[in-house]
Parts: sequence; structure tokens; C-alpha cells
Amino acid sequence: MSTHILTSDPTGAPPRTSSKPPGVLRRVWAQSEGRVGIVLTAVVVVLAVFGPLLAAPLTGYTPYQFADRPFAHSGVFGTDNLGRSVLARFLDGGRLLLLYSVLATALGMVVGGALGMLAAYARGWLDSVIMRLNDIVLAIPQLVFALLAITVLGPKGWVLVVVIGLTHAPRIARVARSATLRVINEDYIRAAEMYSVPRWRIIGREILPNIAGPLSVEAGLRLTYSIGAIASLSFLGLGMQPPTADWGLMINENRIALSVQPWGVLLSVFAIAVLTIGTNLLADAIARATAQTTVEE
Amino acid sequence: MIAKLIAKRLAVSVLILLAVSVIVFAATLLLPGDPARAILGQQATPERIAALNEQMHLDQPPVVRYFLWLGGLFTGDFGLSTSANAPVAVLLGERLGNSLVLMALAALISVPVGIAVGIFSALHRGRRSDSAVTWVTLALAALPEFVIGIGLITLFATSVLKILPAVTMSPPGQPVWLIPSQLVLPTLTLALVVAPYIARMMRATMIEVLDSGYIEMARLKGVPERRVIFRHALPHAIGPVAQVVAIQLAWLAGGVVVVEFLFRFPGMGQALIDAVNYRDVAVVQAVSMIVAAVYIVVNLAADIIGIMADPKLRSAAA
Repeated sequence: MSTHILTSDPTGAPPRTSSKPPGVLRRVWAQSEGRVGIVLTAVVVVLAVFGPLLAAPLTGYTPYQFADRPFAHSGVFGTDNLGRSVLARFLDGGRLLLLYSVLATALGMVVGGALGMLAAYARGWLDSVIMRLNDIVLAIPQLVFALLAITVLGPKGWVLVVVIGLTHAPRIARVARSATLRVINEDYIRAAEMYSVPRWRIIGREILPNIAGPLSVEAGLRLTYSIGAIASLSFLGLGMQPPTADWGLMINENRIALSVQPWGVLLSVFAIAVLTIGTNLLADAIARATAQTTVEE
Repeated sequence: MIAKLIAKRLAVSVLILLAVSVIVFAATLLLPGDPARAILGQQATPERIAALNEQMHLDQPPVVRYFLWLGGLFTGDFGLSTSANAPVAVLLGERLGNSLVLMALAALISVPVGIAVGIFSALHRGRRSDSAVTWVTLALAALPEFVIGIGLITLFATSVLKILPAVTMSPPGQPVWLIPSQLVLPTLTLALVVAPYIARMMRATMIEVLDSGYIEMARLKGVPERRVIFRHALPHAIGPVAQVVAIQLAWLAGGVVVVEFLFRFPGMGQALIDAVNYRDVAVVQAVSMIVAAVYIVVNLAADIIGIMADPKLRSAAA
């Protein structure tokens, strides 16, 4: 820790006593990738959260109301395959995708993080069992696993969240495990053990804060993949079900008319692209920000 | 011994594949409904349903059915499709070939292109061309495959240019490569998904290698730059990149599903989506097992290459 105090903060702030590397957010913002990532992500998040409120006032139609003939060019962006306002459905279509992606990522982080830390901390047979189970889940591609679950349980919201979350868990567990193994022999962990602090408390209070860096990178990356996976399933017609307004489903519904009325497809494609690029840039920037601190330490 | 290490890795792969088969088989047990009734329809007599149940071994306990199913996999008997009312093997036979053609083409394009772009980027480190490559690969790596595919369809098949077919046009039964133009966009989509990862890994590894002492030594000795890169740097960078290449090629086995659906390509992925829609479990199981097998074999190959290429592992194993 002594070297830590020596690293001068670029802003000249006094060195902190906390063991957290100072200003990860500032380091992310300092990179052009981080700035672009934050802005792109924020734009789509705002759109997905406040879009549903604006849908009806802005277009005059709810996402489920018929506005005109199918694939007509009335209104700002025309109508979709059933004659509903594309703009209204677009504004309403990001909310569930974002919600499910965040929930799936959170589930994966909790399950994977807990398993990874437990495996590294317990070692022995528990470690072996957890990591071998990981290998088995990793041997099935995520999409195929999801399709298998959907075949059996049907395309429901909770099925999507659970199956995407659980298929992320092994990858997150690997990261959590190797990060934990790096800190497990530090003196502060030994000290806590000598004071006979309970194990779950050591994991939660000592280990978790010290592997937050790699875990947050992983969270950003997994969020990107969650969005991609859930949007893909909706696009395949096996995610959100009609008449829900959803970007992935809208692409599926309207792609037959791509050359006649491209907006029903292109708006959604654009939104998904901006969102995934944004979160990926953000994850990359976080990775660099946390890697920089380890180099300096 | 290196052979022992490889044998151990091989045994682990077989065990994992067996465990995967248990998971895939367990899916049938959770499924509500009666496959025999689904095949024969609502008007079927109880006798015929009982007969079909016996033929499909549905009257046996689950453990027996698992081993019958597993044994069938080895002899090419994947069971009966409930929606097509035909053996799964017949249904998937030619589609497997079509999918493999698509995956092989994508691999043939993306691996050399990814490696070349990565080397280019590493050699121009810090310059504008390098940061352009970094941005583009990062953006492409983030995009879901259907977003890239629709982008390509918009550019080359519908709105901007109309030079390539947007969907597969081959009639059923005809090999897809008889109309080569219909393969361009699906292949390009897959290649654009896979290549960025390879390029990024190649760039990172190459930069690390270029900073090493022996490269500096070679340069100081006056070895021509071209020779430094291709004889001294590249062989050392290939090892770690081979792993990423393998992971990406294994990914193709799953990624091909969405791309086939998008381009209505008559492959295994398309069959899988249809089967999920019809809840045709035998087909879903068969495709899952084939994909998992491809996935495991490719990963195994990568590990073996890794073991062979890593001098540290070689000496540690000895």
C-alpha cells in the first residue's frame, strides 16, 4: 500500500486512505473511448427509459394503435407490418430489452462472482467441482443453450433473464476466481483470518472490494453480450412476443419490407448498434482505467 | 510427457461431452405434452399411440431412454422429428453440409484477414491508422451478428446497391454453392463478426512480442525488418492467437444460427429455429449435441496447439 500513496493524483488531490484506486470514473472519462462510450450508452438509455412516455404524445398513437395501412409512409417514419406507428413502437421498444439485459447481467454477476470467489477461497474439492461444472456449461454455445431452454420452458421474460444470466455466470466465475487468487495471499486477508472474521464476511468485505476492477470490466462486457443475446432471440421470434413493441422483434416483423419501408428495421438496428457499441467502448475504457492503476501500483 | 498431457485433455473433453449430453437429454424430461400424439395428431387411436411410444422407447424409464438415445447418437440415429415425421438424421444430413460450407468460408476469410489487420495495426502502433483500426474493430466486436447482417443487406441488396441477393435462392435439395452469389453476404457477416476479435488479439500479442528483447536484438544485428516480423516476431505471436482463433471458430458453430435465419439459408441453424418454434425436441437435441461436439473438438484442437507451441508447458510436462 505504501507505493500507492506515492502515485500522484493528476488533479493534485490529497492521497486517500481507502484501498480503492482513486478516480476510476475520471480515468474512464479521460479517454476518448470512455467519453464516446458513456455518451452513446446514455443516449440510448434515456431513449429507452423516457421513450415510452413520449410515444403517444409525440406521434398521436400508442404503440398498439393502428395508424394507417401496413408499410405506409404517413407520419414521421411510416407504419409497420400491421399499420402501427413505427416511431411510437420504436420509442417504446427499448425498455424491456434494457431491463432484461441489466437483470440478466446482474444475475450472472451475482451467481458467477459468488461461485468464483468461493472456488478461489475454498480451493480443494469445492473449487474442482465448481470449475468442472463451469467447463460443462461453457461447452454449449450460449445461444444454443438459450434455445434449448426456450424449447422446454417457452419464450417468457423470466426464462430469457435466467438463461442468459446463468450462461454468463461461468465466464464471470473464471474472472472472479483468478482475480481472487491474486489477492488471497495479501496480508489484510491473513489478518482478517487471524481475527477469525467469518468467511462470508471476508469474501464480502475484504475480497470483493479488491476485485471490483476486473469484475466491473466483466460486467460491462457481459452487459454488451446480454443486450446482443436478448435482441438476437427477439429477432429470431423467440424472445419478446407480439404484440410487444421491441427493437429486436420489430426487425423480425418489418424486414420483409426493408426495400419499401426501411424505417421499421433501420431505427431499431441503429439503436441496438449504438447501445452495444457504447457499452463495449465503456467496458474497454474501464479495462484500461483499472489496468493503469495496477501498473502504477 | 506431452502425450500424457494431451491424453488427459482428450479424456476431459469426452467427459464434458457426456455431461453435456445428460443436460441436453434432461430437457426432454421437463417437456410437457406427448411426442407420439404430436406426430400422429389428435385423431390417433390409443393403440397407434401406444405402438409409436414403444417404437420411440417412450414406455421405458428415463435412464434406459438416455442410453438408447446416446447409443443412437453414435450410430447416426438421432430419433424421430415430431414436426416433420421423419428421422432427424435425414432432416439434418444435407443441412449440416450447407452449414459447414458457410462456416469454412467464413473461417478461411476471417482468420488471415484478422491476423493481417492485427499485424498492420501493431506495426503502426499509436498512429492514426492504428487508432482507426482499434475503433472499427471495437465497434464491430460489439455488434450482434444480425445487426451486421442487416447493415450488409441494406448496403448491398436492397436500399443502397442491389448487386447481391438478400436471401438464399436455392430450391430445397440443391447444393447451396451452385449459386455462389447467395453465399457472399452470409459469409461476409460471419467473417465481420469473427475477424475483429482475432485482429485485436493479434495486435496486442504482436505489440508485446515487438517490445521483447530478442526483437530488439535482431533489429540491432541489422536483420531486415521484413525478416524480423515474419521470422522472429510472428511465430511467437501465433501461439496465444491460435487460442482466440479457436474460440472464434467454435463460436461460429452457434453464431451461424442467427445468420442462417436472417438469410433464410438452408442449414442446421435454420432447422434449429424451426424446431424450437414447433417444440420439436428431437431435432433441438440433435443440433445442440452436434454444435456442442464441434465446439468441444475445436477447443480441444486449440489446447493441443497451445500445449505443442508453448515451450514452458513442454518442459513443465516433461
